[in-house]
Amino acid sequence: MRYLTDRKRAEGKGASGTGTEHHWYMQVSAVALAFLVPTFLFITGRAIGSSHEEVLATFAHPFVAILTALTLYAGMMHFNKGAQMMIEDYARGSTRKILIMLVIGISYATIATGLFALAKIAL
Amino acid sequence: MADVNRGDRPLSPHLQVYRPQLTAITSILTRITGNALIVAVLLVVWWLLAAATSAEYYATANAVLTSWIGDIVLSLSVLGVWYHYLAGLRHLYFDAGHGLDIPTAEKLGWGMIIGSVVLTIITLLIV
Repeated sequence: MRYLTDRKRAEGKGASGTGTEHHWYMQVSAVALAFLVPTFLFITGRAIGSSHEEVLATFAHPFVAILTALTLYAGMMHFNKGAQMMIEDYARGSTRKILIMLVIGISYATIATGLFALAKIAL
Repeated sequence: MADVNRGDRPLSPHLQVYRPQLTAITSILTRITGNALIVAVLLVVWWLLAAATSAEYYATANAVLTSWIGDIVLSLSVLGVWYHYLAGLRHLYFDAGHGLDIPTAEKLGWGMIIGSVVLTIITLLIV
């Protein structure tokens, strides 16, 4: 008698080992970014090149601060997974592992830095 | 069982023997633009950190981003954002099972290329 169910034996046997999780994450973050990016581009594009006081006033606004935080987080996590997929296509072995760790590190460091800056400006 | 002809087998047709096709070019450009955008993100986050730190630091970062090389990098990044944006929308459309026949896929490809240039010009005009 088999104690494992058919489903249990099939799980994790696909090429990725994680099923459609990655693909689903990319779809969700892509839709989120499709809503966030145009407004973010407009606001940040206008802010770059303006005076220091104007930049502080812009990013102190709750809507702008929250929009920028969301865009940064969703964007960097989308980059994290997308860049990982690219590395997995082109690099092997230890190089692959080191590059993926590097990408994850850059992603989180960028998110942390951006959120710190936003918090300092907005709060 | 053992492959005695290892290394001397006929190869299957590879990328290099094909005429470049729009669908393949637009696909690889999606990956290139998406990953290249990290440069712009790092620049803008650095700029934001500088703004949060001090007026002097902000002046330095702002000078870098608005220099001619900063302008080139950011303008190209805007093109990259819009291209990747439209490519993402096309990807979602493909994923839903639509537009996968060759004439439609090629039309969507040209739509992405032309659309991203138009959106970039509009963006650069209004910001």
